[in-house]
Amino acid sequence: MRLSVQTDPFDLGAESHAFAAGLSTSGAVVTFTGLVRDNGGRLAAMEIEHYPGMTERAIRAIMDQAVARWSLEDALVIHRHGRLSPQDPIMMVATAARHRADAFAAAEFLMDYLKSRAPFWKKEIGADGAEWVAAKDEDEAALTRW
Amino acid sequence: MIDVLYFAWVRERIGLPRERLETSAPTVAALIEELRAREERYAVAFADLASLRVALDQELADFDAPLAGVREVAFFPPMTGG
Repeated sequence: MRLSVQTDPFDLGAESHAFAAGLSTSGAVVTFTGLVRDNGGRLAAMEIEHYPGMTERAIRAIMDQAVARWSLEDALVIHRHGRLSPQDPIMMVATAARHRADAFAAAEFLMDYLKSRAPFWKKEIGADGAEWVAAKDEDEAALTRW
Repeated sequence: MIDVLYFAWVRERIGLPRERLETSAPTVAALIEELRAREERYAVAFADLASLRVALDQELADFDAPLAGVREVAFFPPMTGG
């Protein structure tokens, strides 16, 4: 299980390859990558703030739950902070399980919890000012399905 | 003494990322009342508790949680990770 909270970019292909290369009992790997979305071409940059210490604790707790619940062979979370440009990768998760249903479910679970339980805050920097991204009610509601 | 941390727009409204406070507030809610009474910028930052979250020693907590033994309190808006 690996967690990296970092400012540096990451190589999606290299991370996926390295994750899969370390497996011995899995038949399924699911990866998800989140990119900085530019709504309507007005986004100059996105700044991501986090709470060092709590970020790692919160994500590890979520990963431990996912590994136990879906009997994952391995899991990976990479999440960036700092200043990012439109279309930059922000984060990725990878899960490995014997069968695909567990790998997909665990990846969705990790994403749902990262959205509203990992202490990150996004700020959109546009041509006409900066604005903190508001949490969405549906992100909180998504947790109830687990 | 207790370390109080602020993130995102809470940090911006108060104007600092962290401070060390002497307080005898028994709960988070009581600490917020003390802070609100200090200065206008705190009153503004803590105007709407529904838009705030709190963590005690890096674990999410409720506003009525006790502060006894807590070393670090953090206030921030709902998280927007992923």
